[in-house]
Parts: sequence; C-alpha cells; structure tokens
Amino acid sequence: MTTARGIAERLEDKRICIVAGSGGVGKTTASAALALGLAATGKRVAVVTIDPARRLADALGLEQLGNEPRLVDPALLDANGVEMRGELWAMMLDPKATFDGLIDKLAPDERTRDDVLGNRIYAQLSSAIAGSQEFSAVAKLYELDRDGDYDAIVLDTPPSRNALDFLDAPDRLTDFFEGRALKLFLVPTGIAARVLGAGTSVVFGILKKLTGVNLLDDVSILFRAMGGLIDGFRERATAVKALLADPGTTFLIVASPEREPVAEAIFFRQKLREARMPFGGLIVNRVAVLDEDEDADLIAIRAALRDELGDALATKVAQSAADLQLLASRNAEAIERLKAAFDEPEPIVVPRLDGELQDLDGLLVLYGMLTSC
Amino acid sequence: MSALLERRLLVVTGKGGVGKTTVAAALGLVAARAGMRTIVAEVAQRGDVASVFEREGSEPFEEVDLAPNLFHISIDPQDALEEYLRDQLPSGAVAELLIRSRVFAIVAAATPGMRELLTVGKLWELAQLDRRTPGAGAYDLVVVDAPATGHGVAVLSAPRTFAAAAGGGPVARQGKIIDAMLSDPQQVAVVAVATADELAVTETGSLRSSLKERMGLPLEHVVANMLDPDRFSAAEATLLEPHVRHPAVARALRGHHRALRQRAQLARLRELTGRAPAQLPLHPGGPDLELLADELEQQL
Repeated sequence: MTTARGIAERLEDKRICIVAGSGGVGKTTASAALALGLAATGKRVAVVTIDPARRLADALGLEQLGNEPRLVDPALLDANGVEMRGELWAMMLDPKATFDGLIDKLAPDERTRDDVLGNRIYAQLSSAIAGSQEFSAVAKLYELDRDGDYDAIVLDTPPSRNALDFLDAPDRLTDFFEGRALKLFLVPTGIAARVLGAGTSVVFGILKKLTGVNLLDDVSILFRAMGGLIDGFRERATAVKALLADPGTTFLIVASPEREPVAEAIFFRQKLREARMPFGGLIVNRVAVLDEDEDADLIAIRAALRDELGDALATKVAQSAADLQLLASRNAEAIERLKAAFDEPEPIVVPRLDGELQDLDGLLVLYGMLTSC
Repeated sequence: MSALLERRLLVVTGKGGVGKTTVAAALGLVAARAGMRTIVAEVAQRGDVASVFEREGSEPFEEVDLAPNLFHISIDPQDALEEYLRDQLPSGAVAELLIRSRVFAIVAAATPGMRELLTVGKLWELAQLDRRTPGAGAYDLVVVDAPATGHGVAVLSAPRTFAAAAGGGPVARQGKIIDAMLSDPQQVAVVAVATADELAVTETGSLRSSLKERMGLPLEHVVANMLDPDRFSAAEATLLEPHVRHPAVARALRGHHRALRQRAQLARLRELTGRAPAQLPLHPGGPDLELLADELEQQL
C-alpha cells in the first residue's frame, strides 16, 4: 500500500466488515459510525453490535435485544441532520437466542430440539465449549449474509480479552463435534463402547466422586441428542469459516495508542496473517495529536504569554503544552510500533475528541474522520 | 491503605481499557514496599502484569519474581485443573490418565462453573498460609488482576454456584470453604478501577450492585485512573479566554474543559459507588508504577 486510503475506499467491494480489537478502544462506536456512514452513501447496511452503551443503543433506537436487525428510523436520522441515501439497520446480538435458533434449525426433529434446549447444562455447554458469544456472532453474520438482504454488514466483535477467541470459534466447534470423545458418548452400546467404554466409565466415576455432581447424566443425554445435529453443525462451522476468509469479507483492527491495545492489535494482525484472513485496515483511535502549526517551544510560549497573563499562569499554560507534547509523542511512538508490525504505512488515525461519541452527531463526526484520512 | 493490606486477597476489576492491570501491579508494589511477600495473579491473560514491569511474559502458572517481595503468576484453568487432580488423586498415574483424557476435558469444560471454580481455587490456594503446592512459600497478600467487570463477579461467585449445583463430594465441600473465604470482607477486598468517562462510571455502579447481590461484598475502594490534570481554576480559565487565538492557550483550555468533564464523572462515580474515588493522574509519558504506588499509598 503506497498511498493513504480512506475507509470508504477500503470497504468499497466488501460485503462484510468485522471490527476487532481489545476492550475499551471504541470498537462499538467505530462499527456504528462505519455503518451509518456507509448507509448515508446509499447502501443498505446492517450493523450487529454486542452490548452497546446505553446512549449508543438509544441513538440507534435499539430499546431491547431483538436479534433481528431493525431499521433505524429515517426520521430520527433526518432530525439529526443525517442525509440518508441508503438504509441503516441495527441489532444487538443476543448470543443465547442465536445459539438456540441454530439448534432449532439444525435439529432433525422436535424431540431432539427439546432435549437439547431443555437440558440443564446446555447453556453452560454452549458458552464453555462453543465460546457462545463469539460463535453466535459469526453464526448470525453468516445468516444475515446468506439471506442477502444487505449490501454490507458491519460486525462489532465481542468484548473478549482475546480477539482470537473469535477467529477460533468455528474451529473449536468443529473440533469439538469431530472429537473422538464425543463419539464415545454417542455410541453408548456396541463394540466401540465395550472396547473404549471401560476408560470412559473410569473417567466418569472419578469425576463424579470428585464433584459429586449429578450432571453427568445430563451431559450424556445432551451429547446423545446433539449427535443428531453433528452434520449440520459441522457444515455450518465450515461455511462460517469460509465466510471469514471470503474476499468479500474484511477485518478492521481498532487500537488505542496504549500498551495493551497495541500488543493485542499486533497479536491479532499476526493471527489474521497465519489464518490467511483478509485484513482491511488499522484504525488508531483516541490519539493525542498536535496540530502542525502549534508552537512546540515551551520557553517561547511562556515568553509570549507572560506579559498578558502573568508569569504564573503563562507557566501553567506552558506546562499544559508540555504534557500534551509528551503524550502526543508517546502516542506517535505507539503508532510507529503498529505501523512496523502491520507493515502499514498509513493507518487511519482518529484524534481523541472532546466529549463522547455516543449520539448520531458523534457517529457522523467519527465517520468523517475515518473517511478523511 | 493499612486496612486494605490486612486482607488476604485484593481483587482488582473494571471495564476493559481502564488500566486495571497497571493499578493491580501498583497495588502489588505498595504491599511489597511494606515488606509483604506479595503475588499479583492475572487470570486467563497473556503476561500483561509482567509487561507492565517490562518483563517478558512468564510461562503460565509459574510463580516468578518481578521486584523485591513481588511475584507474579498467570492462572490458566487447564493448569489449575491438572494441579488440582495431581493434588487430590491418590495415584499419580490416575491423575495423568485423567489429564490426557479428552472425555474428561470435555466433561470438565461442560460442568457448570468448573473453569471459574478452578481459577478461583488456585487464587484461594495462593492465599493459604500453608500452601498445597509442594515447596511453595506463603504469601502475605494476593492481588488479583481480575477479568473485566461482569466476568469478574462470575469468577468470585463460582464456588458458591458450584456448591449449590453439586450435591456433595469433595469439590462441593471445597467450594464451600473457598466461598466462605471469598465472601468474607475481613479477608477479601474488591477494588474497582474506572476512568472518568460515562461508560466506565456506569459499569462501576453496576459492579457495586452485583457484588452486593451475588457475594454480599462491598466495593472496598474505587480508583479513578488516567485523570487529566485539573490545572486551572475557573478564574484562571476566564483570564485565558480572551487569548484563545494563541494555540497553546486554546490547547490549555481544551485540557481544562476535559478536566471539568472528568470532575463531573468523578462526582457521578462517587454517587453511584458511595465511595470517594482515589485519583490517579494520567502520566503523559506512560504509566510510572513507582509514582502510582506513591499515590495509592497516600490515598487509600
């Protein structure tokens, strides 16, 4: 990449934009801003958010979990001065409803479905093994894409510590369903069970003795019921994985210029490379920047202001400038680290703004910044 | 501070991105300076505490020393499970069989609260004066760099949840023992870290309620992190206004307004938590642990 490209250009041919990054970097707001901006240019866009802040949810008119995108009222947008040429649809992901819906779709019959959904440990299982939020997010993404109702879908990723959970989710699910262990549960009788069953019952026995939990029966009932869903799950996981690597999909990585988010972003970029997933761009959010014309000479600042403000106040102004300079240079170093690790000479840098960007105006301001880079 | 340091376990939690790890490390440093043998335990993360001390991440589950009196461990549920099995089972061979068994791995993963229970079980083990880990020395204080807010409470309440779900057996019994410690305000203190922005403050308010509701624990201390300096008085700001065309003045006024907004959020934080938050300044050149520890020593 030799020239700076704004976000709109980077996303031009993309159907799916996945926004990744560590917690607290402004992922959800960036996702909403992107979706709003893309919709304003005439696209029909759906944004899938996970646990948005109250004010953002209000701004988008998302009163409750719906698990299906809803049209953001054009009148609301109009009232906020947004000239909307396309359509903005928004939803808050309900991981459990998504996972339940998937079971419902894939179950061969009602009884299997009820066995699974009514199982005491099903909820636990879905989060412990499938990484419920992560898998639900990609599963929903897949459904929305397959339904083909939108020109573009923007997905805000779960606020997990490790963004990798998200990339791994389909694999982990497949891995789990294809595991030899599961087959043992699924074939409780027969030669295989007689040969391998002894070890299994020892395991069960010890576990039961240790935990005193009577859930082991539930576990095997659940696994047996899930047996009927294996093929469907496997196919779905494979399709979801293919979708993540599709040329119409792109990953945007958001970081703030602090140690942890930078490390996390670099780590995630590396994993994307290894998994051969498409990378669309790096957004560095909340950056302290100095305008080019700002006088950096602290002694000069003091001298220039001393007569009018008095020495004490002029010194405070100079101190304030010094702090900002130090912060800006630390932020610049963080950006250099990111550039080197990403091999990306022109990341999109969003300055830290005054106030919070939770309303529609704020989203538009942010979108303006994303495109003007 | 002294009351805080008399606990066995300090649990530091907060929304992602508020500098939880840094504050946990600074608290650890305060305790270590007071001559206490202290360990900072991070939960399911990747060597963040070590990197705050500019050290390479350690192998998970290894107790390494960061500074005089200050140690660090990264707790992984799988390692905790293995350690637990080796400790609990009479035969090493049986433990190894279980550890290698995929069936066991799946059942363990599918058992409600198991992951959290194992993590918290290791925290409890670290806090025991008579350690179960062979050859391990006792710590005077365990500082936990806990997962982000919502999950943080889930981890603390895991033994209680588990003991309630399980009818009997050693794990349920141990769960009750662990829960008795975790819900004892004499032994455990929860410290919430927030930045002075709306989302983080709101989340800290919810943390207070869920902590009370699920653990019966108070929010012991609240730390407001990365605050901009409140440099100018209202009168000084008025004096600056006419000179706003000077870029440095404009910048100073923007900083002033940022600080004012943060004051308003600090007031909300105080109201929602019923605690006067300790205030840590933003270090423009990057967090300086020694200075942060100085601040915490004075304020807590």
